[in-house]
Amino acid sequence: MSDSAERRLTADVLVIGGGPAGAWAAWSAAANGAKVVLADKGFLGSSGATAPGGTNLLYLPPDEEMRKRAVEERMKQGGYLAEPSWIHRVLDQVYTNMELIEQWGYPFVRDENGTPMRDHLHGPEYMSIMRKVVKRAGVKVLDQSPALELLVDEFGVGGARGVSRQDNQTWEVRANAVVIATGGCAFLSNGLGCNVLTGDGYLMAGELGVELSGMEFTRKYAPSPAFGSNTRSRLLGWATYYDHTGQEIVAGRQGDFLAEALLKGPVYAIMNKADTPEKQAFLRKSHAIFFLPYDRAGIDVFNEPFPLTLRYEGTVRGTGGIRIVGDDCSTTVGGLFAAGDAATRERITGSASGGGAFNASWAICSGTWAGKGAAAYALSHRSSAAERELKPAGRYGLGTAPASSVVSSQELIKDIQSQVLPLDINYFRTERGLKLALRQLDEVWKRVNDQAPQNMLEQVRARETAAMTATARWMYTAALSRKESRSGGLHVLAEYPGQDDEQQYRLLVSGLEEIQVGAEKVPESGNDVLPTEAAAAPEGVQAG
Amino acid sequence: MIEVVSESRCVSCNQCVSVCPTNVFDRGDDGIPVIARQDECQTCFMCELYCPVDALYVAPDSEQLIGITEQEAERQGLLGGYREKVGWGKGRTPVASHDYMYQLSKFAKF
Repeated sequence: MSDSAERRLTADVLVIGGGPAGAWAAWSAAANGAKVVLADKGFLGSSGATAPGGTNLLYLPPDEEMRKRAVEERMKQGGYLAEPSWIHRVLDQVYTNMELIEQWGYPFVRDENGTPMRDHLHGPEYMSIMRKVVKRAGVKVLDQSPALELLVDEFGVGGARGVSRQDNQTWEVRANAVVIATGGCAFLSNGLGCNVLTGDGYLMAGELGVELSGMEFTRKYAPSPAFGSNTRSRLLGWATYYDHTGQEIVAGRQGDFLAEALLKGPVYAIMNKADTPEKQAFLRKSHAIFFLPYDRAGIDVFNEPFPLTLRYEGTVRGTGGIRIVGDDCSTTVGGLFAAGDAATRERITGSASGGGAFNASWAICSGTWAGKGAAAYALSHRSSAAERELKPAGRYGLGTAPASSVVSSQELIKDIQSQVLPLDINYFRTERGLKLALRQLDEVWKRVNDQAPQNMLEQVRARETAAMTATARWMYTAALSRKESRSGGLHVLAEYPGQDDEQQYRLLVSGLEEIQVGAEKVPESGNDVLPTEAAAAPEGVQAG
Repeated sequence: MIEVVSESRCVSCNQCVSVCPTNVFDRGDDGIPVIARQDECQTCFMCELYCPVDALYVAPDSEQLIGITEQEAERQGLLGGYREKVGWGKGRTPVASHDYMYQLSKFAKF
């Protein structure tokens, strides 16, 4: 990017991303006295995985026994890589924030006893309220304004630069604290609302040397109509599955049956377990978004077969992301905070998927904590970020190609997707398969700076391409370093089918040219297990 | 993918241009939004929800165009169907204030 941006703003806190985590972070920072700018790639209110659907929450009344049981259950599901105190923190904070959102106008239904049922949020309604609340708190919102790179000096982060793609303007926001809330990475797999989630924040943080944690826990696909985008699949609990000959496919252990059947051929479903008009009417009312694509395609899902596929969801329903080191979701870089799916969710989900209630609750809580932490950090500075000697930190996919070796972003994206989306590589993970895929991704990486974007939109796409490549390489590097199959099913290796107590630690990856692998023990586990150096950096995993 | 912008219904508020998460629309010279980058559409239906006059139709197919016309969408009563279902729009009750989800949880014993 050129050295001087057309639009220049100074704030205390910059929030990058306008999904739930970004919205809560911006509100929280403003509520704690900071001057805040929020920049979203799309539109605060419609962007991200939450807005077009609906989401359940970890909403439990403050009943000690009930909460203790929920925490114990999660610890087990999450392969004991989570931390009880963080799950409790989330339960506490969600409860508080749902009271707030009801005060802000969310129309929670009350049960027979008059108790509000605050365990579910309808996406469009929720995010429309969050937009109003954020703006009312005085936050300056930049919609359609993707961030491209962070600004840094020797003290840490000091803002970011990006583009306002509908005004064809570059922007620079200087702020002593930055919250990355850019969501996860779903590799443009066409899941509902997920194509804006291209790992942008991982790359920006990675360029500052920040580690990512739990990137091996990314083996997550969601059922969706083969022709459509709807990856919200709760109602498929009422479905029976068939192969192309009409033979019923019997559901097996851990949901592997769908993936196994799809490797053999097309899979169809009929919602025939909802076998009365009452049940059918009821399901229709509860999940309008589920029925929308089928109705529009003229398919009567209760009686006719509809084709299903699995769409890859990467770190959106996986758990990996930017490593956070403080209770305020701070990272190892001064002034840099991470929230939502941009951050690792291992602290509350361990090795299990955060999909649904956990991730939605995490977005609310980590946003609230990161916003507060960022405000405190920024307000403790005596000088404004405007006076700092900041330099742009972006290095990849920013359009520096010599004319001779130009490659199109589209071509690279196809190459990335061919290594990341296929079930036989990323779902049925084997050491050999992942090594081959990683080698291909390393080749893509060598070409990310051969993109030559000609305009602002192409510039954003080129940067997304670099971010997806980096994310994929981190995922597979971590996956090859965890030589086991841990509870939750988010990471398996065929060669190592069981859970190995000796690997009850978290894996960290960092670096972009050469990827380094490290490990940290799980706090509160009473477990001092750490890998030997050789185990953490297995031969053949290093890139380059 | 987004396939229809009804010129007869559109009031040129350009909400769809603003809210589209993947920046599919451009403002047209005559005030009517143009589908400028159809292949970027992620079939999330958010533009339809935010259109105050039900002038948009997002076809269910996210992988290819089906080529439905405005007349056909109108004839089948498809315009505005999603907003009605989720209770968005003047005089409607948003789905969030219904107890469907609560009932579903009880029903499914989740």
